[in-house]
Amino acid sequence: MQSGIVRAGATIIFAGLLATAAIVSRLPKSNGGAAPAGGSGETLKRYGFALEDVTRKAGIEFVHQAPTLDPALNHIMPEVASMGAAVSVVDFDRDGWPDLYVTNSSEGGKNRLYHNLHNGNFEDVAEKMGVADVSQPGTGVCMGAIWGDYDNDGYEDLFLYKWGRPELFHNDRGRGFTRVTEQSGLPKWVNANSAVWFDYDRDGRLDLFLGGYYSEAIDLWHLKNTRIMPESFEYARNGGRKYLFRNVGGGHFVDVTDQVGLQSRRWALAAAAADLRGTGYPDLVIANDYGVSEFFANDHGRRFREIGAATGIGYQPKSGMNVAFGDINNQGRFAIYVSNITEQGVLVQGNNLWVPREGTTGDQVHYDNLADAMGVEQGGWSFGAQFGDLNNDGRLDLMLTNGYVSASRDENYWYDFAKVAGGNSAIISDAANWPPIGNRSHGGYQQKCAWINTGDRFINVAPMVGLTETYDGRSVALADFWNRGVLDVAMAHQKGPLLLFRNSVSPDNAWIEFELEGSASNRSAIGAAVRVFWNGQQQLQEVSGGSGFCSENDRRLHFGLGKDPRLEKVVVRWPSGKEQTLTGLGLRKLHHLKEPA
Amino acid sequence: MSTDAQPISPTAAPPGTPPPTPPRTTEGSAECVNPEVVEAEVHARVEAVKERWRFRINQQYIAPIFITCILLGAHISERVLESPEKTALAILSAMAAELVLGRLFTGKWPQMASAYITGISVGILVRSPYYWPYILCSLISITSKYVLRVKARHIWNPSNFGIAAMLFLAPAAVASLSIQFGNSIRPMVIIWILGSFIIWRLKRLHICATYVASFLAFAGLRTLILHDTYWTEIAPITGPMYQLFIFFMITDPKTTVKSKTGQVATAFCVAAMECVFRLMQSVHAPYFALFVVGPIANLIEIYWTARKRKSGPSEPPRS
Repeated sequence: MQSGIVRAGATIIFAGLLATAAIVSRLPKSNGGAAPAGGSGETLKRYGFALEDVTRKAGIEFVHQAPTLDPALNHIMPEVASMGAAVSVVDFDRDGWPDLYVTNSSEGGKNRLYHNLHNGNFEDVAEKMGVADVSQPGTGVCMGAIWGDYDNDGYEDLFLYKWGRPELFHNDRGRGFTRVTEQSGLPKWVNANSAVWFDYDRDGRLDLFLGGYYSEAIDLWHLKNTRIMPESFEYARNGGRKYLFRNVGGGHFVDVTDQVGLQSRRWALAAAAADLRGTGYPDLVIANDYGVSEFFANDHGRRFREIGAATGIGYQPKSGMNVAFGDINNQGRFAIYVSNITEQGVLVQGNNLWVPREGTTGDQVHYDNLADAMGVEQGGWSFGAQFGDLNNDGRLDLMLTNGYVSASRDENYWYDFAKVAGGNSAIISDAANWPPIGNRSHGGYQQKCAWINTGDRFINVAPMVGLTETYDGRSVALADFWNRGVLDVAMAHQKGPLLLFRNSVSPDNAWIEFELEGSASNRSAIGAAVRVFWNGQQQLQEVSGGSGFCSENDRRLHFGLGKDPRLEKVVVRWPSGKEQTLTGLGLRKLHHLKEPA
Repeated sequence: MSTDAQPISPTAAPPGTPPPTPPRTTEGSAECVNPEVVEAEVHARVEAVKERWRFRINQQYIAPIFITCILLGAHISERVLESPEKTALAILSAMAAELVLGRLFTGKWPQMASAYITGISVGILVRSPYYWPYILCSLISITSKYVLRVKARHIWNPSNFGIAAMLFLAPAAVASLSIQFGNSIRPMVIIWILGSFIIWRLKRLHICATYVASFLAFAGLRTLILHDTYWTEIAPITGPMYQLFIFFMITDPKTTVKSKTGQVATAFCVAAMECVFRLMQSVHAPYFALFVVGPIANLIEIYWTARKRKSGPSEPPRS
């Protein structure tokens, strides 16, 4: 009798456990519910912002083209020729209106430089300016672009990273660009997917980080053999090398990679720099595909030390594809967002939101992954992401683009991918062993994410605010394109269009923007940290020389302040180390700040 | 590790050993002793000492020790454990469930070796960014052992049941390991050699060998059907997930059939069923194959044994 009761009880518990597994995994993740019935007015009321696709209206008609690599890769071409759609924001002619630069990746394909005409329209001037035809056959194809004033002449110069020959273009006072690659000291060939302008030694000149993906010894159009793939899905160290070029002036850069200890052969897909340890020097975070992320601590501009495992971010190997920094809790410290892959039932990596642990700083800085707790973990096959206050409520929101290969809706490549990914290095590293992808999709047709920050977690409101497209997203950049005190969104898609979303924000919320210009520091002010104090809280932002995935936001910093804010002060710490405190600044204005002498 | 061994000095006698008798010779002695008897006596004493100090490991601890060594070795060399906390959670959950259910069902405190292996398998093979799947999978695995029984035998391998259930019921939260240990050749070869030796000691190598041979043959068949390279088709078995699957799941003494022929046939059928799942492009083919074939084999054996017992008394008594 007693054993019968025990057995019955255990059976009920067993059924309960099975039911729990089924129910818990199906619990709705954070989203904002159904689209409001009252149109954009109701959307604004509920979420504080609404996005409108104005691409065509703005005169932008660009569709990215992928490269065609060596025929030995034909059977998996969509899988390997899967990157290169990049967008970056720059005011190249200093007219006070942000422009857009977008890369193309076909051999002979042309990049576009969309000049902001101030009236809602953009005009492609890339050809005229000499920065369109930069992927001539034999020189590789573009993967991304970053802008920085390397010669401190007041105009943003262009660095192009490619699967091929990296290129440097000098901005001739906004009237055109001159190719200065030959005299710059840059290497002949790098298969790179990430680059960052930053002044690592604080000498007032912008230096350059360049992260290799495939080994630089490989010419993807003329393969010697097919052993070009990662040796492991999680522990690959056969990727491209990393480069740190020190700007020595006169348009010349010196490779100091070995000297400063920045060696790594992981497969870098994204990188960004900021002062994460409170030393005044920018540290470098690299998100690696097929492995752990890396955190290079900058020892006063003399050496870099890889402390990823100690900080917590370099422990779990995933498929890192993005690095973005954001002070999500308004505590004056940056969280780090690294995107990865999540495919139901196959590969559940989850994206990482690394939040600094209270009380840790310097070399003891430690991060906890709060992506699940904060609701920003599930993003599909995630690529680029950027923090920005999309609704001006005073908290940084998060915009994510995603989707890898969209082809047939009925067949996918996941099984074959999983089969070879689990194999020994001799098998996985040889492209010949990868099964043909044919017309199958691989993490395709994915819904983008627009997460609004509610203070204690993020809620995905993408479809509700008008973000419904499912192209294969790569790169996202934020800027106030219409100078309205609102962050708009540009997204680049692999083999898809560049999309421009005009943001409408509830006018009740105030904002403040800053455009910084260095004097002792680099003129782009990259690395300058601005803290805005209001209503007893603060938010930290730093001028960046490239973040996200193959993208760069507008150099101007945008702070949303919410309703009826009481602005206390603004503290600027320039890269040179100078600190400046400003009070009495007007709201709803862009402030031009020049580094004091 | 469970052992009574203490270090033995090659010269010093262990404590408790009687002092050696001085060798008696035939020369200069009134007592005449047969040298063969002396030699036999010395030999017997040496054997007695050896026996007393022999390094003994209970068979049931070999597998837990082996899997722990794999885990530690892999983690120290490659930091393979995504989260030691999650693995620990899985082990503790499995052991706690075993403790409670074992006590309730049998009235005795259960041996924990099996629960430890289940927990560690779950900790390694389940991949999830969350903590709860590790607890739930361990609990489901152990509970299945006590609930899903036929004729007092549990018919599913516990961790196979738990992992298959989680993959089927909670795909949004759970995936399975397929890529740990760095995909490099050295650790793989070491584990294959060590594992094969230990499984041979446990007299179950024929199960592993049959499965591996069958897998390789079916990989050839899939190559012919799918036109992928043979290397592509054998890629999965070169990964670490299969080492755990082959050494710890399909050989589990409690959930495999008893006869050697039956074990070989079952291993072949698991590989065959896996081939079917693979042709259906199931990412979790090996788990689902064992989930289907394992209990069927057990049920056939249970039915067969019961039938034999039934017909037993009518058989003429053996002389």
